[in-house]
Amino acid sequence: MRLIGSALIVALLSGLSVDAAAPTPVAPGEDVLVEKAMSGTHGGRLVVALRAEPRSLNPAAAADAPSREVIGRMIGDLIHIDRSTQSTEAALASQWKRSADGREYTVSLRKGIRFSDGHAFDADDVVFTFRVLLDERTGAPQRDLLIVGGQPIQVTKVDEYTVKVTMAQPYAAAERLFDSIGILPQHLLNEAYEKGAMGQIWSVATPAKSIAGLGPYRLKEYVAGQRLVLERNPYYWKTDSTKRRLPYIDELVFLFTGNEDTQVIRFQSGDSDVLNRASADNFAVLSRDQAANRYQLKDLGPSLEYNFLFFNQNDLTGKTLPQVAAKQQWFGDLGFRRAVSRAIDREGIARLVYRGRAVPLWGNVSPGNRLWINTSLPRLSRSVSEARGMLKASGFSWRQDGQLLDRQGRPVAFTIVTSSTSAQRTEMATLIQADLKELGMNVQVVPLEFRALVDRVFQTFDYDASILGLGGGDADPNGEMNVWLSSGSNHLWRLRQQKPATSWEAEIDALMEKQLVTLDYRERKRLYDRVQTIVAEQLPFIFLAAPHILVGARADLGNFKPAVLDHYTLWNVERMFFRPELRSQR
Amino acid sequence: MKRGVLIASVLAGLHLLVLLAGFAAPYDPAEQARTLPFAPPSRVHFVDADGAFHLRPFVYALTPDPDNFDAYVEDTTQRFPVRLMVAGHLFGVDAPARISLLGTDGLGRDVLSRLLHGGRVSIGAGLLAALCALLVGVGFGTIAGFFGGRIDAAVMRLADLFMAVPWLYLLFAVRAALPLHLDTRATFLVLVAVLGIVGWARPARLVRGIVLSARERTYVMAARGFGAQAPYLLRRHILPQTLGVVLTQAGLLVPQYILAEVTLSFLGLGVGEPTPSWGAMLGSLQQYSVLTSYWWMFAPAIALVAVAISYYALTSMVHERLRLAAS
Repeated sequence: MRLIGSALIVALLSGLSVDAAAPTPVAPGEDVLVEKAMSGTHGGRLVVALRAEPRSLNPAAAADAPSREVIGRMIGDLIHIDRSTQSTEAALASQWKRSADGREYTVSLRKGIRFSDGHAFDADDVVFTFRVLLDERTGAPQRDLLIVGGQPIQVTKVDEYTVKVTMAQPYAAAERLFDSIGILPQHLLNEAYEKGAMGQIWSVATPAKSIAGLGPYRLKEYVAGQRLVLERNPYYWKTDSTKRRLPYIDELVFLFTGNEDTQVIRFQSGDSDVLNRASADNFAVLSRDQAANRYQLKDLGPSLEYNFLFFNQNDLTGKTLPQVAAKQQWFGDLGFRRAVSRAIDREGIARLVYRGRAVPLWGNVSPGNRLWINTSLPRLSRSVSEARGMLKASGFSWRQDGQLLDRQGRPVAFTIVTSSTSAQRTEMATLIQADLKELGMNVQVVPLEFRALVDRVFQTFDYDASILGLGGGDADPNGEMNVWLSSGSNHLWRLRQQKPATSWEAEIDALMEKQLVTLDYRERKRLYDRVQTIVAEQLPFIFLAAPHILVGARADLGNFKPAVLDHYTLWNVERMFFRPELRSQR
Repeated sequence: MKRGVLIASVLAGLHLLVLLAGFAAPYDPAEQARTLPFAPPSRVHFVDADGAFHLRPFVYALTPDPDNFDAYVEDTTQRFPVRLMVAGHLFGVDAPARISLLGTDGLGRDVLSRLLHGGRVSIGAGLLAALCALLVGVGFGTIAGFFGGRIDAAVMRLADLFMAVPWLYLLFAVRAALPLHLDTRATFLVLVAVLGIVGWARPARLVRGIVLSARERTYVMAARGFGAQAPYLLRRHILPQTLGVVLTQAGLLVPQYILAEVTLSFLGLGVGEPTPSWGAMLGSLQQYSVLTSYWWMFAPAIALVAVAISYYALTSMVHERLRLAAS
């Protein structure tokens, strides 16, 4: 009976005929975007397993990854970053022009296109969207990105299909700001906005007819705890080279699985069609029976994510943390940090933690980011003797039993906190623990529940050292502003600085601010190279490794072209299709 | 009888191995052979690659396959005989070869060495916590049963309270409340103390029942009539009656507390890395890839089952013998 039940579920989820809205024919005067991609076949249902259930379908409020993953398929943006080339491309904006001073953009919109409910799209929707996102009452996570030079960008209507975007100062790579900012339907949301209720709109339980967007899909059905189904947007504004409206696939089904392991199991068993990201361990499991299950697995090389060890150098004035404060003498010592960095076996981390599917890191830019990496940074291999020399020069000494002592004769012992949900970071900490033992340091590894970890790192500052990961968003350095600016919200080693605590942080501030308003790529690269050099010398973060992006999809999925920028697999979902000739292999 | 001796011998052997882990284990449990992650159990040979037989068993060094993270080939160009008494360990082989009879974990640490050293934590916690629970339980049970009245009522209500406490959640709460900087030894002692304190209620109830009935026996009343004081009565006549219950309770509590430690460590709330414990070792099986790929990582589970079954079997035998003796 159970077998029959399972078979029924699989049959239902992977059904060949799907009751989806047929694409409408392209109307005369409709300024659709013609994709040059290979033409595909309409039909089918693509099943994707999510780690958790999305909390909201509100593009102006959702911050959790599963929600963003779903919403990303339901929205359209003005200018889009092509994940495969990492450069910008026209989307809802058919073209744009920058003023000579770099502060103003005139954006021409596509004419005659419609939201997924059939309502016409025009400049009013664009102006409305930015008004909503920039309104503090909305609490939109995108708001910070739209503040340039300390002031919100201004979006004004020029005519029905033209808007003007004005910024307080020139902004490098300003086009990239518009990526993933979904244009909202004013006709549906104006009332909620006027009432100040934008934060409460479009929950997952909202009726499908009340939600509309400009993305390739629109909401069809939500079953709490089980799945969320999107269907083709019949008015989508892209067509293939034969003028057939995209997307090809009728329905997109998101299953809620719980964690990465169940996500992988569902993919392995054929319950889902795409695996957005797998750990190296699970990738190895899948690789072993790849032939039997007929799926395609791809190692895309280094991601933009960087994992790092950092020490708590926060200002602890007003906090009762004498134990941490006593250790900050070591953490603030550059010789100590350099010795730790020199003693860490980064190759070992890449090999053991990521099974070789990672690259060791000595700077904050991963080799996956070819445009911005400073290739001249030294890549110092592990040397315990060099590290001991650095400690000695900083006044440290060793007890007879090998324990490292500081100038006051106190044994050097500290704790590394990691997230208990990340087996990789706990393994990294265990390797570092063994490496630093060779220097006489007594390190304890404490895995904490993720929210408890975030609370310690961002709020209470009650920790000695931690391992975290950042990056993975855009390749442009502007995405890193909040990390490297001394006032940045992710300036993790020393948060909430009123003014830069050190001269090198002040220099980084100046360099980052300057690159932000510099429009020439070469000059920006020179400035950002210097930032990378300072960071590598001062080691506020001790960089460890950048894992590869590992993804998978069923073999019969056409146009599957994963990229190292998020969303790795579904970024071009509208172009994907099932190859009928391979269908029998599923 | 023979079965009892056999079980007791197996248990004694297991405990001895764990007690002498530093000697019996071939490597330090934290030592990482970083070129050998997830290496399978070493194959001990008597016949070499040329077909020649050797009386002394030997192993070959493993060479990692550069294209496959966890695949190895034996380098048959050189034999490494297994030697006894190597550098303070019961057995071993010369470098660069390694002998890992139960394979290695993801960081290249010898699973057998970690199993034996981990047994110290897991079995040690079980034994100490059981001792703690029995001492408190026998003390309270004796006081309640011997003095009766309000003391009895108060102790038994307290026991009811402790029996109603969900111990696992209490342990979670206690562990979460502890500071981050607690070292391995302190964590271990706190675990033992909490397990022991929470578990005193059941033995206390049983002991109380026996004391309650023993103090009414005619020979106890006669001794009391002759002027015997409470300490004498307890020592000479009453507490010996509780021996059977205490022994059987010990036999039940030890595996129960070993399991409790394993559960906590499995959930990451036990002793920290790199100190091994059976629960922490089994924790790696929470990863799908480990669960499906490396069978030798189940070794702590097998050890756990063997220890628990041995304890239960021994308890059953002791109980049967005491019952026969009483009748």
